[in-house]
Amino acid sequence: MPPREGVYGLLAEFNTPSELVHATEEAHRAGYRRMECYTPYPVEEAAEALHFHKTRVPLVCLIGGLMGVTTAFLMETWINVWAYPLNIAGRPLFSWPAFIIPAYEWTILFAGFSAALGMIALNGLPQLYHPVFNAPNFRNGATTDKFFLCLEAVDPKFSLSETRAFLEQFPAVSVVEVDH
Amino acid sequence: MATKGPMQDPSVDPVIDPMIDPRTGEYAVIAPGHNFKSVTQKIAGIVLTSNTPLGWFFGLIVAAGVAMGLVIGCTWLFLKGVGIWGVTIPGAWGFAIINFVWWIGIGHAGTLISAILLLFKQTWRNSINRFAEAMTIFAVVCAGTFPLIHVGRPWLAYWLFPYPNTMNVWPQFRSPLAWDVFAVSTYASISIIFWYIGMIPDFGTLRDRATMPAAKYFYGMLSLGWRGSTRHWIRYESASLLLAGLSTPLVLSVHTVISFDFAVAALAGWHTTIFPPYFVAGAVYSGFAMVLTLAIPIRKFYHMEDLVTLRHLDNMAKVMLATGSIVAYGYGMEVFMAWFSASHWEFFMMWNRMFGPMGWAYWILILTNIAIPLTTLWSRKLRVNVTFLFILSLIVNTGMWFERFVIVVTSLYREYLPSSWGTYRATKWDYMIYVGTMGLFTFLFFLFVRFLPMIPMSEIRMMLPQTKVTRGVDAETATEETA
Repeated sequence: MPPREGVYGLLAEFNTPSELVHATEEAHRAGYRRMECYTPYPVEEAAEALHFHKTRVPLVCLIGGLMGVTTAFLMETWINVWAYPLNIAGRPLFSWPAFIIPAYEWTILFAGFSAALGMIALNGLPQLYHPVFNAPNFRNGATTDKFFLCLEAVDPKFSLSETRAFLEQFPAVSVVEVDH
Repeated sequence: MATKGPMQDPSVDPVIDPMIDPRTGEYAVIAPGHNFKSVTQKIAGIVLTSNTPLGWFFGLIVAAGVAMGLVIGCTWLFLKGVGIWGVTIPGAWGFAIINFVWWIGIGHAGTLISAILLLFKQTWRNSINRFAEAMTIFAVVCAGTFPLIHVGRPWLAYWLFPYPNTMNVWPQFRSPLAWDVFAVSTYASISIIFWYIGMIPDFGTLRDRATMPAAKYFYGMLSLGWRGSTRHWIRYESASLLLAGLSTPLVLSVHTVISFDFAVAALAGWHTTIFPPYFVAGAVYSGFAMVLTLAIPIRKFYHMEDLVTLRHLDNMAKVMLATGSIVAYGYGMEVFMAWFSASHWEFFMMWNRMFGPMGWAYWILILTNIAIPLTTLWSRKLRVNVTFLFILSLIVNTGMWFERFVIVVTSLYREYLPSSWGTYRATKWDYMIYVGTMGLFTFLFFLFVRFLPMIPMSEIRMMLPQTKVTRGVDAETATEETA
């Protein structure tokens, strides 16, 4: 991939979540689509304003859980019936009620790891570099007490002067240009 | 009624105490006056400060010294074998299994706080959830030590896991001890991943607030480049909820499986169906006691009274009251079933447990687990009395240790054949290793409070009144008001 250069987007900083949500809703109404909010805690209203509803994390988790239960149950059956059959007080080799317990645990193990690692993977993490970190005010606020809206340059509606004027109509603390 | 809530204590004047919400008469979950910045600075400051309190060094050294007991005890154990312990026939299970069950049980409150209370939307849990989870992990570390060193040849402990080997030998899945391996290893793994996922946003905060290059690098790596993007937050919240939903049946299953270690054996005193629920309730009971044991000194030492308030202590005491009552019911049922089963063996086991040579342990258990806590915790005045709660938490933890002692020892040492009766006496090595794990636990906890954010900052921010989003016309007026 060639190194990207130039403007990544315009980053507006807000003091309250209400201002951020309002600006995001207006930006969506004005036709902007490639944008992202950055907040110090989850703001569900911002996700609604971005029209971001569906995550695939639950699906990944479900697939993981099904894999866990299948793996564990088949493994136990194979081990105790074929690989290493042992007569334990005359119990049947295929003692499926006893096999449920480790299978149950591995369902949770696989599902939990799928949910956690799936979330990280879908988020594209770990990603130690991101253009928004170049903004001088971003790191001071985004993980502490400020709310950011970034309109990205890849949006077809993006124009440095017009978008800046659009963002400045909101009570933003600052609107800064973010470079790659 | 408008000013006095149902929980109002007439002796406390809401006008004088700013921590009391005048509408409900309850203590506030966060002291009034906090904002996003102040909670962040307060919590991050403990980790990022260059002035580590002297008391921390002192505590760490003492804990490390006590933990040396574990190192020395295990060294001698590996040289000599389990013969240095008090275990013998018929008392083949001694301190190792008692301590294992005790430690795992303590861990369970951490998962209960982080998972079950999250599902029930109990937001007060946010302040105590991180260190309760840390407590879980460190307790599981201590618990896991015991089965490993108990196997006799600990260098072969990995044989417990199913792995392809040249001996062509595999585990036997009809044994509760094999279930234990799966339950405890899953529990440890899920607890660690849940804990870490919970800390990622806070690592982002620490990375951005750190001034030392080493700290920036360390927390930056751990944060995975977290930037608080809304799409990330939504997936993050989804994963947290899923992990909570998965941890809830997990925590119930872990102590159930541990109770199967006993209940599946055909031994009077062990072979009962009440064990799973009664073990889980006991685990939560002792775990909340341990959270109090840890939270009370920490909030005092780090001046966290505004984030871990009397409301938290009060609520935890209430959970202890509820789970303690379930445990009391369990004890009652054991006695009842011993009589109702009309089984000679069950009847003798219970008589021997109460009035036999080790009857003192049973009565200590009743005193510390039932008599003292379940009479005092009904009083709200005592539930918000910090000193009292601290002492009570130590009493309950002692009681829960005795519960496991009573179950393990008094069921074993006088079993079916009088000719094989014996007794159980722990040796100094038993005590040394047990006390050593307490040192290890405290040592790990000291490291945790110094290097990791002990209160989840992002979750505390969500509890502040400033998070309310107002829309449309309201938003504009709200902006004007703040301006």
